Amino acid sequence: MSEPSSAQLTTSRRLRSGARGRMAVVAVPYLWLLLFFLIPFLIVLKISFSTTQLSMPPYQPLVQWTGEQLNQLRLNINPGNFLYLWQDGLYAQAFLNSIKVAAIATFITLLIGYPMAYAIARSSIKWRGVLMMMVILPFWTSFLLRVYAWIGILKNNGLLNNLLLWLGVIDEPLVILQTNFAVYLGIVYSYLPFMIMPLYATLEKMDLTLLEAANDLGCRPLRTFLTITVPLSMPGIVAGCMLVFIPAVGEFVIPSLLGPPDSLMIGKVLWTEFFNNRDWPVASAVAIALLLLLVIPIVLFQRAQARAAESE
Amino acid sequence: MTVLSSQTFPKITLIWLMLPLALVACSKKEQAVTASVSNGAAVSALTDDEKVLNVYNWSDYIAEDTVKNFEAKYGIKVNYDVFDSNELVETKMLSGSSGYDIVVPSSQFMERQVKAGVFAKLDKLLLPNLSNLDPTTVKQVAMYDPNNEHAVPYMWSTDGIGYNVDKVKQFAPDAPLDSWALIFDPKYAAKLKDCGISILDTASDIRSIVLLYLGKDPNSQSPEDLKLVEAQLMKIRPFVRKINSSQYIEDLANGDLCVAIGYNGDVLQARDRAFEAKNGINIAYVIPKEGSIVTIDTMVIPADAKHQKNAHLFMNYLMEPEVAAANSNKVNYANGNIASEKFLNESVKNDPAVYPTAEIKAKLTPELSIADEYNRLLTRTWTRFQTGK
Repeated sequence: MSEPSSAQLTTSRRLRSGARGRMAVVAVPYLWLLLFFLIPFLIVLKISFSTTQLSMPPYQPLVQWTGEQLNQLRLNINPGNFLYLWQDGLYAQAFLNSIKVAAIATFITLLIGYPMAYAIARSSIKWRGVLMMMVILPFWTSFLLRVYAWIGILKNNGLLNNLLLWLGVIDEPLVILQTNFAVYLGIVYSYLPFMIMPLYATLEKMDLTLLEAANDLGCRPLRTFLTITVPLSMPGIVAGCMLVFIPAVGEFVIPSLLGPPDSLMIGKVLWTEFFNNRDWPVASAVAIALLLLLVIPIVLFQRAQARAAESE
Repeated sequence: MTVLSSQTFPKITLIWLMLPLALVACSKKEQAVTASVSNGAAVSALTDDEKVLNVYNWSDYIAEDTVKNFEAKYGIKVNYDVFDSNELVETKMLSGSSGYDIVVPSSQFMERQVKAGVFAKLDKLLLPNLSNLDPTTVKQVAMYDPNNEHAVPYMWSTDGIGYNVDKVKQFAPDAPLDSWALIFDPKYAAKLKDCGISILDTASDIRSIVLLYLGKDPNSQSPEDLKLVEAQLMKIRPFVRKINSSQYIEDLANGDLCVAIGYNGDVLQARDRAFEAKNGINIAYVIPKEGSIVTIDTMVIPADAKHQKNAHLFMNYLMEPEVAAANSNKVNYANGNIASEKFLNESVKNDPAVYPTAEIKAKLTPELSIADEYNRLLTRTWTRFQTGK
């Protein structure tokens, strides 16, 4: 064996520095997660084990110096907040109701978003950009303003009722605002772009020759759609549904502005704990429980999906 | 337009006389140096270096030009934010670093916040207009803030019923208009359901009112009494359309609601808006015979406020008789400013909905602050009422 040539040395050095560069690139998202997810999460976790008191901030510190000396530490850990969530049926009820509302809204969004994404992906290249731009355009207006606009449209003497009265379709204004229907409408409207974008991305990349082949072999269009297009767009469907479902579960603004006072959603419960009960520890416990019950199953599900996709 | 009254005029002359002196005293800074005369001649620079003031007040609670006039007079830029719930304010105050220099919580909330050490002590030398205030109101505020160290009364309000006169007559002709039964008796509530009932989204107020209706102590903190309140509220829950603390102004004015439990000034604003819109809707306000609660909203300065001098200046400005009167004239809330009385519109001064008669005033109870444990029970009850479960 001869000594490594200088050329070989530089390649290995280049490889090593390349690895370092890759490390740096990978580190950025991890750093991001650490800063904006893990640290806030730990703060919330800390508060969730605390006890309320009238002070600023309104909870006891977990670790307290009780005297001048260093060894006189007192730990105030209170697991009672989580127990409380379990004992009072309100939280489970609100959680289940939120899941129900989010699931129905996600399904409707998918039903509306899929044909739209499909049509955009199959339109001529010249139009695609324009159409996608139109999907994204509402983001230029504040989310809150857009939800407020719906109040103006849906209220008793709002745009919609006045139009229907003028057309003679109805004699009495319809009560739409402050109903569950208005909540679904608000969620579907607000989150539709999040459904369309990933769907469009997968549908646009799809290999159209597969459809031609199916056609040549005598497959009917509906069957082609169900056996080829839908399975191939599955990653887009999953991504779109996640993007709609997860924020919709915790949605607070839409149900509180458009919904009936009796819609019990977890976002509202969190608000009540935080603002009306001034109980930050219980509010934090709700947030932690929500995270554990919702995000972890979803992460596991996604992992399983990714593994299944790899093995194929 | 600022009108120079006989009271402000000599003060301004004095400022001009003192200006050269003050300029010598701080030649580097271009501060607007004004003088405050109180108990002789205490002189100080009245504004902070940064000419900014961040105000956090209730929605629809000031005349349109008050802030503009203040900015013009003192060259201070005012950032004016509004809220519609005490709970929101309390959370911001307890979190700290709210960024606000003046906040206007109701006194029963202010009491807790003072105990939590959230507010700065007032520098009364900077508030010479305190002498304009009604000693009775000041004494009432002292119930919540001992020795009036932190808070100054802004305006006070009553809870009552705002109703659409013609629609109530049409839907429930036999309903009593001078009793809480109009809303809390299911017999009448059922009839008013379709034309709309709205209730303030404030658990503590509504619980006091129901206690009054049931003939109990409105400040009772007993869980048994709370159960009675809940039972009563549940009976009328199916007939309530909205539980909200700000939308009812517009809804009453548009005729979207028949009756609302609301604050007097809000209901009167709805009345005025309907009158201006000439939509034929006739709104009235009544404090029922069972009595009601009175709330004093107070101005306070957070301890961590960056512009405390500007805040004092604004507080003092709001206590100018003309300014206080202009605000009350606009928003139909009574102020605790005796000196402002001669500047009040006759229609406001003589409106029993704004300044109740002595007979009704005797039936008004101030709401006291609530213990934490009771508060949790109350909120839970309120959630059950909201969801109807």
